[in-house]
Amino acid sequence: MQVRTMADYMASGETPEILFWVGCAGSFDQRAQKITRAFASILDKTGVKFAILGKEEGCTGDPARRAGNEFLFQMMAYNNIQVLNGYGVKKIVTTCPHCFNTFKNEYPELGGSYEVMHHTTLLQQLIDEGKVRLKDGGGFKGKKITYHDSCYLGRANNIYEAPRKVLEVFDAELVEMKRCRSNGLCCGAGGAQMFKEEEKGTTRVNFERGREAVATGANVIAANCPFCMTMLTDGVKEQGREDDVKVLDIAELVAASME
Amino acid sequence: MLIAQQIMFLIAFAAAVYFFAKKAGFIRKNILLGRDVELNDRKDERLRNLILLAFGQKKMFRNPLVAVLHFFVYAGFIIINIEILEIILDGILGTHRLFAPLLVGLYTFLISAFEILAVTVIVGCAIFLARRNMIKLKRFMSRDLDGWPRSDANYILATEIILMLLFLTMNAADLALQAQGAEHYHTTGRFAVSGLLSPMFEGMSTGSLVAIERVCWWLHILGVLAFLNYLPYSKHLHIMLAFPNAWYTPLEPKGKMTNMPEIQREVLYAMQPELAANAPADAAVPKFGAKDVQDLTWKNLLDAYACTECGRCSAACPATQTGKKLSPRLIMMKTRDRSEELGAFIRNNKEGSTTDGKSLLRDYITEEELRACTSCNACVQECPVSINPLDIILQMRRHLVMEESSAPQEWNMMFSNIENNMAPWKFSPDDRDAWIQS
Repeated sequence: MQVRTMADYMASGETPEILFWVGCAGSFDQRAQKITRAFASILDKTGVKFAILGKEEGCTGDPARRAGNEFLFQMMAYNNIQVLNGYGVKKIVTTCPHCFNTFKNEYPELGGSYEVMHHTTLLQQLIDEGKVRLKDGGGFKGKKITYHDSCYLGRANNIYEAPRKVLEVFDAELVEMKRCRSNGLCCGAGGAQMFKEEEKGTTRVNFERGREAVATGANVIAANCPFCMTMLTDGVKEQGREDDVKVLDIAELVAASME
Repeated sequence: MLIAQQIMFLIAFAAAVYFFAKKAGFIRKNILLGRDVELNDRKDERLRNLILLAFGQKKMFRNPLVAVLHFFVYAGFIIINIEILEIILDGILGTHRLFAPLLVGLYTFLISAFEILAVTVIVGCAIFLARRNMIKLKRFMSRDLDGWPRSDANYILATEIILMLLFLTMNAADLALQAQGAEHYHTTGRFAVSGLLSPMFEGMSTGSLVAIERVCWWLHILGVLAFLNYLPYSKHLHIMLAFPNAWYTPLEPKGKMTNMPEIQREVLYAMQPELAANAPADAAVPKFGAKDVQDLTWKNLLDAYACTECGRCSAACPATQTGKKLSPRLIMMKTRDRSEELGAFIRNNKEGSTTDGKSLLRDYITEEELRACTSCNACVQECPVSINPLDIILQMRRHLVMEESSAPQEWNMMFSNIENNMAPWKFSPDDRDAWIQS
């Protein structure tokens, strides 16, 4: 797989269709790197001309802002917007709903306006256009899949259907958790919770969500966010079901089923 | 005799309106303790929210059965105000059923409709009382409501039932009097519900019936006036403030946090010092984030006064559900309590001091509560009257981090990693594209 940076494109005088914003988790978290590679391979196979920023990318500032550190957020935003505008970026796709939300809702006011897509929306489009072709039913025959709505894609931005549409292409039974769509339960990582210990309570949020996901009887829990991925994986482990219940990103499901 | 009644009525009515207006003025001032914020753009979208959320109670219908019952109580309450108008005019003018001769058949139909609504109000309130006190729904049993808030809800429901019963009894006695051809009680035709009740009064003397009718009339209207004055002290204030709150609902996607232009400017000057030369020198040192109610916006405080304490926010909150100290409902209740306290202090303090040494942060809301929020927006999604507890939490977090440098050690590490390594973890920025090879 060939992955080119914006700098590579610029040097060759070409322009990519879309910038793939990998995000910090997608770059450094070992589990999330697999999502990144899966999504990049889909883009590659479907012939989408995409670029990454590579070493020029930096945290969008989302966790800093939600924790209360507006200074740091503004600094990160300033730097990122300088880089993006410098390359004349028009269109961004990202596998992280937090990055997506920041680009879509928070950067425009600071001088960074782009067309932003979450990868599940792009995947849905590629499927609709017939660019993503799956092996027979995607190899999920007789399996059950349940989908976890991330807060930053769902409630924060009202995207509930695109990821579900993607899952519908598989020959699998889709089951919903009791709390889904706008009633969905958080994985416990948002608002910078990912980066600190939870406050004392009767249980952890991800244990609660893991229990609920496992209770659907699904073999696969489909996620759309690297942080949900970490939290749900832990939640499934807590249920002792890590061997028969897999937590996978929608991009991984698609990548594994492509011809 | 009639003149005496009219004078008594006028005094009671004027007093009720005066005290209500005075308290309403205090609440207005308390809400305006908050920072100013411009929320009057995109009027067509706001009108839509007002119609759907406040008049149509769209969000209540996330729970359809309760929504129907609530709609009964709400419609009964709103529409019966037309009946109250007649009662007030009768009270002032010394007339009886002023509108009856003007509307004739329509009057009978209208009052019958109000009576049916009165019955639905009674049924609705009775079921709500049962839900609170017999079925013991979890969100009504929560510690959030210990003490006054729990009895407040019961008082309101009981009062509404009593007011409706008085209204029906009054009409039933009236119909019995009409049947006896009593002077002053002109015929109106049979009303839907009280028509069924009036046979109970058949054998009674005209005198007793007049007494019953008058007592019910007086208790009903005095009850309504007392209720009006109870509102501003109660969660029931939502029946008024839900309307402005729906109008001022933020129209941005829920994920968008409010920008802080003052900090944006600082960062710009730091990055491009040449611009700093043109910066206005007069700028006072701004406060970052919210420590007390004056640092919040007036919309945050309006939210607090519009809160019905229904607890849907907390029932959906991942932190509350997993036993953390945070409860979005309590965030709103504490914000209201603090606004009341500070408002009263400023009113009673003749020296013009605007601070009593206390603050919303710590005296009411603890750091532990603020830290437990995952910013998932479930509370915002659930609130039927468009309250945003998350906005208050995030503004207070800004105060903690930027004014007090108070953050958990792990967050401080995250901050320094972002600053030095461009990512919240301690990895080399040079390895950012290492995923391609591995």
